[in-house]
Amino acid sequence: MKTYSAAVKVTLRKGILDVQGKTVEQALHAIEFTAIERVRIGKFVEFDITAESEQEAKIMAEDACRKLIANPIMEDFSITLSEREQI
Amino acid sequence: MKFGVITFPGSNCDHDALWAASHVGTSQTLWHKDEAIPSDVECVIIPGGFSYGDYLRCGAVARFSPIMKDVFRFAERGGTIIGICNGFQILTEAGLLPGVLLRNDTMSFVCKDVYLKTENCNTTFTNSIKPDSVLRVPIAHGEGNYYAEAETIARLEAENRIIFRYAAPDGIVSRRANPNGSINNIAGIINERGNILGMMPHPERYSDARLGCDDGLSVFASIARALQQAVFR
Repeated sequence: MKTYSAAVKVTLRKGILDVQGKTVEQALHAIEFTAIERVRIGKFVEFDITAESEQEAKIMAEDACRKLIANPIMEDFSITLSEREQI
Repeated sequence: MKFGVITFPGSNCDHDALWAASHVGTSQTLWHKDEAIPSDVECVIIPGGFSYGDYLRCGAVARFSPIMKDVFRFAERGGTIIGICNGFQILTEAGLLPGVLLRNDTMSFVCKDVYLKTENCNTTFTNSIKPDSVLRVPIAHGEGNYYAEAETIARLEAENRIIFRYAAPDGIVSRRANPNGSINNIAGIINERGNILGMMPHPERYSDARLGCDDGLSVFASIARALQQAVFR
């Protein structure tokens, strides 16, 4: 068995108004970062998985994202897996 | 008839719901860690609040509470369920109702009275509401912006499953009367079978005239009437 680190990025699906992003964008413009636009805010979730293989870890992480970590009606997710360094 | 009101960690409208239900029947608390809904409970109320601190997404964690397994079975048997505010969010997260509640398009938490047009008075939840009457009911939420894909919205409209819409005091549905950006001013919907209602406004908070308004009591009275007369089953 190996332990893998999963880094999950959850973002609002395209076409869904991101009011947090919009608010932050307006605030950035107010402090004169006028060159910044299209601010989108999402979530970053990380966790460790112990599995037989990277493939098994990937399947498990995707399942966890679909069932709880993201809501597919409004969010997309992407997972980056890496073998965890020995602690 | 008996109502069961689920209390999750962070629920804060459970006692209001127990109080409202007690006007038309009896009521008892169902603890989130309970694994079974007592057999004499005929209607489950999933109340408002901030279950599990609204962590991750509103309702996302509550949906996996032990009691929810029996809520799924109860729903499957045709049991009557009403989810109010956070309860509506929990029902969508659980997949018992379609769609999702996004952050309000106003970018703020909205706490005020709204007016509701009842679009379908022929349901378990609305049979005591007069077709042309307008209900005044409070809202208090940051994530009440109902969203679903166009196909789902079309189906809800076609099947007359949009039960409440945000309206002006005269009952006119307009963009201006929409407090949160919900598609088509949706404030409440039912499932295909008609035994589950989710709504963002709080009828339980306006269910006693001594508290200023009892327009919301008609929702609970409708449920009691439907279940006692065994209609809409």
